[in-house]
Amino acid sequence: MSFIKDFLQNKGLTGEEQKVTCKKCGHEDTAYELHKSCGVCTECGAHYRLTARDRISMLTDKHSFHELFTGLTSKDFLHFPMYQNKLDKARESTNEDDAVVCGIASIGGNSFATFVMEPKFIMASMGSVVGEKITRLFEYATEHNLPVIGFTASGGARMQEGIISLMQMAKVSGAVKNHSNAGLLYIAVLTDPTTGGVTASFAMQGDIILAEPGALVGFAGRRVVEQTTKSQLPDNFQSAEFVMEHGFIDAIIPRGELRDTLAELLHIHKR
Amino acid sequence: MNSYEKLKTARKNGRPTGGAYVKEIFEFPIELHGDRRFGDDLAIMAGLAYIGKRPVTFIAMEKGTDLPSRLARNFGCPKPEGYRKALRLMKQAEKFHRPVICFVDTLGAYCGADAEERGQGQAIAENIMEMMGLRTPVISVVIGEGGSGGALALASADRVLILENAVYSVISPEGCASILWKDSGKVADAADCLHITAEDMKEFGVAEAIIPEDFDHFSKMCKGMKNQLAAMLDELCAKSEDQLMEERYMRFRKFGIYNSDRPY
Repeated sequence: MSFIKDFLQNKGLTGEEQKVTCKKCGHEDTAYELHKSCGVCTECGAHYRLTARDRISMLTDKHSFHELFTGLTSKDFLHFPMYQNKLDKARESTNEDDAVVCGIASIGGNSFATFVMEPKFIMASMGSVVGEKITRLFEYATEHNLPVIGFTASGGARMQEGIISLMQMAKVSGAVKNHSNAGLLYIAVLTDPTTGGVTASFAMQGDIILAEPGALVGFAGRRVVEQTTKSQLPDNFQSAEFVMEHGFIDAIIPRGELRDTLAELLHIHKR
Repeated sequence: MNSYEKLKTARKNGRPTGGAYVKEIFEFPIELHGDRRFGDDLAIMAGLAYIGKRPVTFIAMEKGTDLPSRLARNFGCPKPEGYRKALRLMKQAEKFHRPVICFVDTLGAYCGADAEERGQGQAIAENIMEMMGLRTPVISVVIGEGGSGGALALASADRVLILENAVYSVISPEGCASILWKDSGKVADAADCLHITAEDMKEFGVAEAIIPEDFDHFSKMCKGMKNQLAAMLDELCAKSEDQLMEERYMRFRKFGIYNSDRPY
């Protein structure tokens, strides 16, 4: 029955009255309250990170999600230090094949194709599997005349796959372009954190770009920017609010309103 | 040379930069400035020229050749307005059915606060997406450093050539070392792990061909490059736009090494 089953499980919460302390404001919410708020602090509105599965069950019509392109797993083809180990651990702790879940679903009866990135899987970095699955999803959506709603979260390209991970940016972008040329809608929903090569490709290619409040959205990491400019950055630097103020996000939608907003956007574009 | 030595060679002072290739390879180059949005980024030098009898649009990253010009050109690290200038001229090339030739040489897109504020990620994303759909031939030549997304924003092309000692990487080896080992001194190890050399690019299919370097006879070397580019343009310009689009899509579609439990 819980929307955010994984979230509560990951925090080791089994009883409804158990409490979670907000890292931002120190407020304590019970598991029950967090379940009702979809993982949003009831005091300061901080949006906790969600697993891909929680996000899908929270947003989509009941039993509407049908998963696509399962069974693809990453390969340590460069024999990169510690990569295989990281993959094994991530698979075990998330129970996912890799850092993105793809499929078709509906919201308020409006069908769409969706990809949801999994921040718990090596910070949802994009390697061959992530690039391949998202490319296949856009190809599928183009073929079946479906809009795409993509939930981004990523540390960027997966450096353990070298130049092949960089090439995923162009591969996915080509599929997004073909989908766009077919007159189909792509909504990107930026969640915490959306950075690096994902920001520099499909996160910023949506017809409509939404974000969750407070999500980190940027290209270069904050530390790198500070080192480059040798100056202190404002606290809100690279927050969704900051990025929207500079004109790169259409709207910031609190998690509780996201479902209705998406339903309306899908409805407006229905053809 | 190992990867680290190649990296140092690719970055070496005195190595020819973008402008030198523009001067040697093209005839009658006219530089065009500005993104019509915000400003003119000198890290990218772009304009029109002839290669033989064929008009082309050239877009070259330029690091600068001495301290004042390096400062003026931000050491070849483009800002969003640089990518937007490049995109403006690519769209113009498409309109007038001119092919585009890009020279890639950057440590990476500029990582300053101002670049973030003006949408560095969005600028790169738009370039890559628009290049994937640009209905005119594009050839990119990696002449020095191909630094991550900042390089790909000028290299989502029909053909990619790379100089013998140039490198192309998803992340700077310094960045990789500091993430992996919390030690930016382990650059040589990181360069090895990342597989960044021209041979690696050829092997992965990221580059079609490797261009031998002969900087002591630069004019002669550029003459060879010119012939090679002209022959490639003849081949690409003979294709229909639809065929060009399909082939460019498939060129990038094939990248991906993974395990699959069933055929697709």
